[in-house]
Amino acid sequence: MCGICGCGGADETHPHEHVHGGDPLHEHVHPHGDDHSHEHEHAQAHEHHEHDRAHGTDHARIVKVERDILEKNDRFAAANRRLFAATHTLALNLVSSPGAGKTSLLVRTLTDLLGKLPLAVIEGDQQTSLDADRINATGVPAVQINTGKMCHLDAGMVSDAFERIPVPRRGVLFIENVGNLVCPAGFDLGEAGKVVLVSVTEGEDKPLKYPDMFHAARVVLVTKVDLLPHLDFDVEALEANARRINPRADVLRVSTRTGVGLAEWYAWIEARRRQLEAG
Amino acid sequence: MHEMALAHSIVELVQEHAARDRFACVRSIRLSIGALSHVDPRALEFGLEVATRGTVADGARLVIDRPGGAGFCTDCCKTVEIAEYGGTCPSCGGNKWMLVAGDEMRVVDLEVD
Repeated sequence: MCGICGCGGADETHPHEHVHGGDPLHEHVHPHGDDHSHEHEHAQAHEHHEHDRAHGTDHARIVKVERDILEKNDRFAAANRRLFAATHTLALNLVSSPGAGKTSLLVRTLTDLLGKLPLAVIEGDQQTSLDADRINATGVPAVQINTGKMCHLDAGMVSDAFERIPVPRRGVLFIENVGNLVCPAGFDLGEAGKVVLVSVTEGEDKPLKYPDMFHAARVVLVTKVDLLPHLDFDVEALEANARRINPRADVLRVSTRTGVGLAEWYAWIEARRRQLEAG
Repeated sequence: MHEMALAHSIVELVQEHAARDRFACVRSIRLSIGALSHVDPRALEFGLEVATRGTVADGARLVIDRPGGAGFCTDCCKTVEIAEYGGTCPSCGGNKWMLVAGDEMRVVDLEVD
């Protein structure tokens, strides 16, 4: 029986009614895509992208809809979030540009945390199972989702993944999103937080160029910091830009190759896990 | 180009309403796309042009309202207008605000025959 709604379904991953305020780590941020209307203060101007002359002409009638475009995604996200809460699973959504080092960081993280707590990985890529193969080699269960032409994972894909891997109860689920700093920002997967990676071989102005994603971050990981001596890269400027877009996010410097900053990264994960346990 | 995925979601919603509210042709679709939502209205317009082909909404006009963004400034303790991510509080110049409005993406209504 489903532990969420008590229906006869085999698991908790089918869609359920949305529950407001489900994001345990972003207590102060409005969870995205709730299906109540986001009424705004009427001090703001309304621009019309196009004139609405045809709206309300002769023989036509108006059908009220008032529905969120992402409501289907958000139903799955809410069900995922409830599943994670019920199983005390910390779900982290890793996002970055392609090549920032998500998979390398994951492989190192899994290798270091293996045996200490339950782990699982959902890998999103347009094609191939190369990343899932790298993860599976660590001994941690991983499932590859090929998004085809899609540029992001959605909550339904994450929900489907649990038909192929078990939920890591009282452990950590890492969801490696498609390498893309734009599209995954808008899709809630039911995760506790987004982990945004940015490498020191990218520009210091990345947070300013891709503010939607940095605004959505729970933590920003500055990766490949072992390369700093070889680069003209102002890491303080990058961090200042990240904080300008998102003053609430934690910022950590890491190197997967040398291990610098990984202790802090694991401590950050552990703190989020404890926060989740505390409810 | 996640606007294509959004366009398909819009078409699904429209088709659901076509069955429920019994209409065969959509003249126009009104959307509310907040200034701080993660979508480009022009890309969405293009996506809808493709996604509506052969559906009840084929050829429907698109009307997009753009409500502005608002944030609650934790320094001023009031709701203020926010133009963009990374924008500052117009009252104190600080950046410690929490989004309260402007990220919505809704289908408001449909003009149908």
